Amino acid sequence: MTTDSFMTAASDYASEVDNTFWVLVTISGLITLLVASLIAGFSLRYRRGSSARRGPLPERFGHEVEIGWTMATLFLFLFIFWWAASNQLSALDVPSNALEVHVVAKQWMWRVQQPGGAREINEIHILENQPIRLVMTSEDVIHSLFLPTMRLKQDVLPGRYTFLWFTATKTGVFHLTCAEYCGTDHSVMAGRLVVMTAPDYARWTSAQPEADDLAHQGEALFFALGCSGCHAPTSSIHAPDLRGIYGHAVPLADGRIVTADEPYLRDSILLPEKDIVAGYAPIMPSFRGAVSEDDLVKLIAYLKSLSTARTLPSRQAGEDEVPTGAQ
Amino acid sequence: MTNAAIADAAVGTEPASYLEAGHTLISWLTTTDHKRIAILYAISITLFFFIGGIAIAMVRLELMTPHGLFLTSDAYNRLFSLHGIIMVWFFLVPSIPATMGNFLLPLMIGAHDVAFPRLNLLSWYLYVFGAAFTVYALLSGGVDTGWTFYTPLSTNYATGYVIAAAAGVFVVGFSSIATGVNFIATIHMLRAPGLTWFRLPLFVWGMYTVSMVMVLATPVLAMSLLLVIAERAFGLPIFDAARGGDPVLFQHMFWFYSHPAVYIMILPAMGVVSEVIPCFARRAIFGYTFMVYALIAIAVIGFMVWGHHMFVAGQSPLANLVFSFLSFIVAVPSAIKVFNWTATLHRGQITFEAPMLYALGFVGLFTIGGLTGLFLASVPIDIHATDTYFVIAHFHFIMVGGTVSAYMAGLHFWWPKVTGRMYSEAWARFAAITTFLGFNATFMPQFVMGWDGMPRRYHYYPDVFQAWHVMSSVGALILAVAYVLPLIYFGWSLIYGRRAPANPWNATGLEWQTSSPPPKENFLRLPRVEVEPYAYSDTDQVSGANNRMPVRAQGETA
Repeated sequence: MTTDSFMTAASDYASEVDNTFWVLVTISGLITLLVASLIAGFSLRYRRGSSARRGPLPERFGHEVEIGWTMATLFLFLFIFWWAASNQLSALDVPSNALEVHVVAKQWMWRVQQPGGAREINEIHILENQPIRLVMTSEDVIHSLFLPTMRLKQDVLPGRYTFLWFTATKTGVFHLTCAEYCGTDHSVMAGRLVVMTAPDYARWTSAQPEADDLAHQGEALFFALGCSGCHAPTSSIHAPDLRGIYGHAVPLADGRIVTADEPYLRDSILLPEKDIVAGYAPIMPSFRGAVSEDDLVKLIAYLKSLSTARTLPSRQAGEDEVPTGAQ
Repeated sequence: MTNAAIADAAVGTEPASYLEAGHTLISWLTTTDHKRIAILYAISITLFFFIGGIAIAMVRLELMTPHGLFLTSDAYNRLFSLHGIIMVWFFLVPSIPATMGNFLLPLMIGAHDVAFPRLNLLSWYLYVFGAAFTVYALLSGGVDTGWTFYTPLSTNYATGYVIAAAAGVFVVGFSSIATGVNFIATIHMLRAPGLTWFRLPLFVWGMYTVSMVMVLATPVLAMSLLLVIAERAFGLPIFDAARGGDPVLFQHMFWFYSHPAVYIMILPAMGVVSEVIPCFARRAIFGYTFMVYALIAIAVIGFMVWGHHMFVAGQSPLANLVFSFLSFIVAVPSAIKVFNWTATLHRGQITFEAPMLYALGFVGLFTIGGLTGLFLASVPIDIHATDTYFVIAHFHFIMVGGTVSAYMAGLHFWWPKVTGRMYSEAWARFAAITTFLGFNATFMPQFVMGWDGMPRRYHYYPDVFQAWHVMSSVGALILAVAYVLPLIYFGWSLIYGRRAPANPWNATGLEWQTSSPPPKENFLRLPRVEVEPYAYSDTDQVSGANNRMPVRAQGETA
């Protein structure tokens, strides 16, 4: 399979979207045909001077027709809405075994960090039939990660995480491209999604240069940036213990209770004054400007690893033991 | 004797037409006559239509090959941005309201002028002032943000003349607001005796609803552009995520205006088509009250669907669901209108003059534009199709296939009234058919390549899409010919055209009850209205030339 293939439906979800699309095409085609043939038919039959019978319609008739087609249209549209919405809702649940791949977009490239630590530029290598959850952010303007063969796209925003998940069921090399206009080289901000069989994927993984996985790298940063000075359990400074925090409810000083997900952890590092944990003084400095997007990814991966197993995940992350963010 | 007959009989002796009221440039630039202001607008927007057209012609030429022909990526980006900004704000938004609306609204309701004639002139000057900023931005090197000015690209990263372009749009917005306020007051205050709300022609209803949308939505555009300027010029952290701002906030504000703006473009178009079809079908519009309520429903619900532009912008799934639902609901009144236009043809005495051809073309293209809107209202389909050529094709079917077709229908329909001259019917029919064919040739391929995954705003593109792009570019060439033709035969008609009678189409509206072109005061004697609109003959007794006479025109007294 080559990268020229845009229309392959490379996941079950993509096939479902295609089905919805073709049903809509059929319905629209029939309506267009109906309107067109009525216009053509009337134009012919009631052209000036033709012998067709004219004369007024009964008042009541007009009214009934009017209400009839209003209701018919409404019910048809509500049906399409219901159908599309149920597709949308069933696609919301991320499988718990989804493997997290981090994507940082910048003008005009995609930087990818595999959970095992492998880094890629403009390419994402994944395993077929393995649910993938992309955690994405941008370093500059708004981009949009578009995977035509998955029928998916998601805007990638600066200062925020957005997510996209899919399970590729076909192997091959597929397009990955930017769909949100992002400046001069928008049209060449493209890459490849490589979906591989298990043996190929294992071969690819082992060919990657040795690197610590993200959580390990995050742990190093955790110490290097001085986070551990306060947040280590042994610290004398009164700061929240971060073990087991990911995915759990955190009571805040203002009475709100929030879930410690990626956006929360990110905000707590960059904007510590935004959500003050109940019982703690707002003494943490902001790390805005001190940590890059890539470092944030690693730090958060480390924090997440503290919550799943309390032991750090193994190097062969892709295979079974996975530091997953699924709740 | 009818007013029309009086007008006809009095051609030789009546006061000079509005065109005779002054021939100097100053007389035009200081006029407060709504008809002359309409002409000023028509000249200005025609100029911008062709500037925007030249920009996109270069884009379409560049797209003939996947790897570019003669432009740099920056030049390409500036051209499509310019095309969008000019076509949306300097052509489509003012198109029908500022030209036909200005010219016809007082005539259709039997008034001497709009409620605030000097505000009306001011609105044109605001347009020119805004246009000056845009021309400055264009001449000094252009702007590279797309017409949508998305932050933070526009505030912190774009290299073009963003401030000048945004200021131009900001200013021209006030021209819209002034026109809207004026029309609302005019319709409320200046209707002729007997012209009750449900006797108003649908064009007037179109103007009324569009004015409401202009007055309520445009200030939000002004605010959002002002914030972009404030951030770009003075570094205020509003949309900059690095300083705690929210880049997506801009999209909410922008689309809160820009989705209703689509209705600013289409409501007047619906009004025009609702005048043209009954006239050439010789049949009252089917379901007049439903047509009125549909216009109002579109205007109201149109304010609640902006979020469907942001299904992939990180909006919550619940918000997506709600906006999807409302987008389906807003399609219902549009569908009703299509059915009613079609049903108006039933049992008519149909002829196919150029305005009718454009109007029928409108119905067909608007139907396809509307139906593809349902695709984009469905979240899973939109996720794949948004930001691709599918969306480009969809909104061009509405804005160009719809609004521009209706604009052309109206231009041909009221040209004799405005200028007092008849144009070449054969050429006009040829242009109408060419427009329809050229339009489909341009935009149908874009649906296909869009669904196949061709992203919009791409200078270079994968080779697989080349065939579709070439088809689209060839279509655009046909469309360009179809748009230049009227310029020629309309121009020709001004000098050589046969003089138009007061009511060449035997239409029922009040505007036809005065001479062509109308006198400065519109009506020598203010009409009184005693019948419903569209009282066209619906009997089957047709004989000879008289079959075009309306049963009763609105301004006639029994």
